[in-house]
Amino acid sequence: MADEEKKEVTTAEEAPAAAPASPASPAAPAARPYGRGPGGPGGRRPGGPGGRPGGRGEGGPRKFFRRKKVCKFCVEKIDAINYKDVRLLQQFVAERGKIVPRRLTGVCTPHQRRLTAAIKQARNIALLPFAARY
Amino acid sequence: MPQQQRTYEVMFIVRPDLPEEETDRVISTVESSATTAGSTVKNVERMGKRRLAYKVRKFHDGVYVLLTIEAPGNAVAELERRLRVTEPVIKYITVRVDEEQKRLAKVKKIRDSKVRQRPQTAETATGTEPEPVPA
Repeated sequence: MADEEKKEVTTAEEAPAAAPASPASPAAPAARPYGRGPGGPGGRRPGGPGGRPGGRGEGGPRKFFRRKKVCKFCVEKIDAINYKDVRLLQQFVAERGKIVPRRLTGVCTPHQRRLTAAIKQARNIALLPFAARY
Repeated sequence: MPQQQRTYEVMFIVRPDLPEEETDRVISTVESSATTAGSTVKNVERMGKRRLAYKVRKFHDGVYVLLTIEAPGNAVAELERRLRVTEPVIKYITVRVDEEQKRLAKVKKIRDSKVRQRPQTAETATGTEPEPVPA
């Protein structure tokens, strides 16, 4: 069981994280609470992106199973992140209008960068709120 | 040396309480001021009336108009100045799109060449999982 878990972790952390040390080193389990922490006590954000494929929300109480989050834009091959595409951008802002961090959505860094720029443009032209009232 | 022509998208919002023909007049005025500023209008798209995400000049709705132009930088500055003084236009944004289009074309080219190499894998990849729609 423990072996399986470790395997899960190393695959989840991806190659760069595992590269400096050997995969079986204690570094991997130690890094886990930090990297995966928000999933536990914090729980899933209510206003998080609904359209995240394979989100971890279902696996809440189960301890050792966490699916690897994948970047929606890479998986679905969405090249253009346009400020006019409100439906798309809305999946990546929380209820109050905040941009959801990629640690929660699994979006890769280059895409998060474009996404952030697009959201900010959309805010400027009143397509998205700066701060939604509640 | 002539200035470089670049492609821009100018999106602006016209106040919603104007009658239809008045809105059309505003749009054509903006168009003509774009051409006099030294740009060529590629496309004008009325995106219709939609709700604003926040209040702008005490309005909750606005008529969105998207203008695609090809212009040198100083023409854009001039157009923005005119938009600012045009009373019925409550908000505008200018976005340069040519770099992005170039990038997309490049990505597409790479992708197409990959598809040609392995047509079968590409087909299975596109066929999986429809886009999950948020509630």
